[in-house]
Amino acid sequence: MHPDADIAAAARKARSGKPPLLALVHDAAAAASAGAAARAPDAGLPGPDEEGPLYVARRKIYPQRVKGTYRTIKWAVLLVTLAIYYGLPFVRWDRGPAAPDQAVLVDFPNRRFYFFFIEIWPQEVYYLTGLLILAAMTLFLMNAIAGRVWCGYLCPQTVWTDLFQSIERWLEGDRREHLQRDQQRWTINRLTRSACKHFLWLMVAWWTGGAWVLYFADAPTLVKELATFQAPLVAYMWIGVLTFTTYALAGHMREQVCLYMCPWPRIQAALTDEYALNVTYRYDRGEPRGSVKKSAALRAQRKPAGDCVDCYQCVYVCPTGVDIRNGPNLGCIQCGLCIDACDAIMARIGRPPRLIAYDTDLNIKRRQSGQPPQVRIVRMRTIFYAAIIAIVGAVMLYTLATRQDEGISVIHDRNPLFVRLSDGELRNGFTVRILNKSLERRSFALTVDGLPDLDLKVVGDTVTTGRTAIVSVGPDQTYELRALVSTHSPLPPAVSVPLTFTITDTNSGRRSSAADHFRGP
Amino acid sequence: MLEKPTDQAPEVDAVTGTFTTGHSWDGIRELNTPLPRWWLWLFYATIIWSVGYWVVYPSWPLLSSYTAGALRWHSRDAVVADIDSLKAQRGPMVARLAAASLQEIVSDPVLLDFARAQGRSAFAENCAPCHGAGGGGGRGYPNLNDDDWIWGGTLDEIAQTIRHGVRSGDADARQGAAMPAFGRDGVLKRTDIDNVAEYVRSLSGLPTTKADLAAGAKIFADNCAVCHGETGKGKRELGAPNLSDPIWLYGADHPAIVNGIWNGRGGVMPAWVGRLDDVTIKALAVYVHSLGGGEK
Repeated sequence: MHPDADIAAAARKARSGKPPLLALVHDAAAAASAGAAARAPDAGLPGPDEEGPLYVARRKIYPQRVKGTYRTIKWAVLLVTLAIYYGLPFVRWDRGPAAPDQAVLVDFPNRRFYFFFIEIWPQEVYYLTGLLILAAMTLFLMNAIAGRVWCGYLCPQTVWTDLFQSIERWLEGDRREHLQRDQQRWTINRLTRSACKHFLWLMVAWWTGGAWVLYFADAPTLVKELATFQAPLVAYMWIGVLTFTTYALAGHMREQVCLYMCPWPRIQAALTDEYALNVTYRYDRGEPRGSVKKSAALRAQRKPAGDCVDCYQCVYVCPTGVDIRNGPNLGCIQCGLCIDACDAIMARIGRPPRLIAYDTDLNIKRRQSGQPPQVRIVRMRTIFYAAIIAIVGAVMLYTLATRQDEGISVIHDRNPLFVRLSDGELRNGFTVRILNKSLERRSFALTVDGLPDLDLKVVGDTVTTGRTAIVSVGPDQTYELRALVSTHSPLPPAVSVPLTFTITDTNSGRRSSAADHFRGP
Repeated sequence: MLEKPTDQAPEVDAVTGTFTTGHSWDGIRELNTPLPRWWLWLFYATIIWSVGYWVVYPSWPLLSSYTAGALRWHSRDAVVADIDSLKAQRGPMVARLAAASLQEIVSDPVLLDFARAQGRSAFAENCAPCHGAGGGGGRGYPNLNDDDWIWGGTLDEIAQTIRHGVRSGDADARQGAAMPAFGRDGVLKRTDIDNVAEYVRSLSGLPTTKADLAAGAKIFADNCAVCHGETGKGKRELGAPNLSDPIWLYGADHPAIVNGIWNGRGGVMPAWVGRLDDVTIKALAVYVHSLGGGEK
């Protein structure tokens, strides 16, 4: 067995190490009863009255540097995602003088969300629902095709941890060097390296928090304000919070987030099926594992010999410290770095690559029984996910394409429901809000239909001529007015008459309407 | 099927190296995965953090008071601070409202919107208990949405009524002439009152019973026309309501009218000057005027 690397054994040992609380309880029990000493567990095994350790200490992971296909993909994804995250707030998008020129902006004070050519008002927040459905279904589809693609390549926790680990390797050395240094006494050299690492981590974390707040205000202005300490306090507070979380999660918590905090590994395990490609150790090819010489000797004797030479490279490079050869497990984020590590070894010992590969357990069994492997990307599950994505995406596109630039909403007075005037006329009061979502001032003609002799009176900034009120609404604004609708028509008792409120753009003729009722005694 | 846990030492799962709980459901055994140690430290940290709250914020009840905390934070102070900041925010608009006359307010769309919004919340707080949430009124409390005004419906008249009230004891209150108690004071007999009540109903076109309308008309001319007018149109300077329209403050049914004539009427409304500031009264007048019945 490899000297320092039996991960499972190490984990077992770490888990059986007793936490202080349990030790205290046990010591007290031992002191109280003379016979207890005899029952004290040896070698960390619990006695019959114990249920194992309550808490487990964290095992520090020193992931080794690796080169290969998946590492290159991961670098590329890291560069693209971080470039988008840090750079997007500075992308400009001209919307004219009435709206901000930032491509992506969450404008909380004015209750607007801008995304390139899309502008979303609070009452259209259902787009967010659509986006969340799309995100969930895309996640499920990725999982159905190739397992934890999100975890391995795209998740912010993975991306920033990757970045932080490369800073760590750069300053404190690769796995072996770092391990040795951590076991030595503190020297000026080690202290400097560690201090530099934490400083760089904090700088990255600070920049991450800084980029976050730029999505909520005009980025160039806010950068200037931040630099001259003129920015609002809340901006500094958010930068502080995100600096701390980035530093803590990517620098220190790392795989603990995936193992203990994140719900997705649990959901993923329940959603996956036997056809989903996963980073898999092909034990049909790898076992029985043994040294290069031993395996060569076995092969010469025409005895079964596996390709796995038990070099532990796959474990050393793993950012979460799992042994992929133990089969699929919760800790594996399926980043593919073990594939790169194993391929390098296979090339060196002259065996074919992809002893670890994107594959399925089903295919291993098929190969063992002499059948050809099969990859089924198109199956009910993936078709279903793709169909939901297509339908929700189409609905969102349709609503976006047919989004009206104007809108009207009407609320009937609740008290009183109707008013009898001194000449016997009946009147209903309404609160009308007219929405102008376009970026220029527009004037609308407000009309009401539903009864033969309606009279419309409007309280507010309008010009009323006959039964039509002309209302002017500013760019990207709403205007609320009070509409008084009255009639001399005799109404059937205890019946509400449907009314239609319509606004018509006096220039373009575009219209929007809302329904309400006229109520009488 | 749940098998009973055994008294044996907990078994270790071969794949994960983790102890099991010893429970087995249809052959599936449950791992007893220990919590991460840092979780325990985090738990202790939150306990320590909570001590900070005791120090900084009010927390422990004492016999007759409580520990006030280092920040001396108080929820009432927080409300006061919020209200003050709101007042500061509204300051410029309130100043404009104070400087403008009522006519100027309704002819400036920005001021009109602001005054109506201010008026709506002031109405809900001060006027709604009697006049209803939307000014719809009730029996004895006038509906402010209609065009039937007892004391006048122009902006200035409404403001005057709000400011000084009706029979409120204020020097400038609307006094008018309260309706006398014709029956209780023995001025009219019961049959006369029945007749005049039916006559009054006929003034606004309501169906009448077989009562003697001619006798009622005579009694009306002798006793009621002084205040309510020959044709029952009412007189605002006296606060005498119009009896010929379909709007009835105390109800249009025979008993309600008889009750009014027998016992008299004299509605009151408090004077709001001194309780509400001038800007709020102006805003209320604009709001009530905008409900729909406002007169030029």
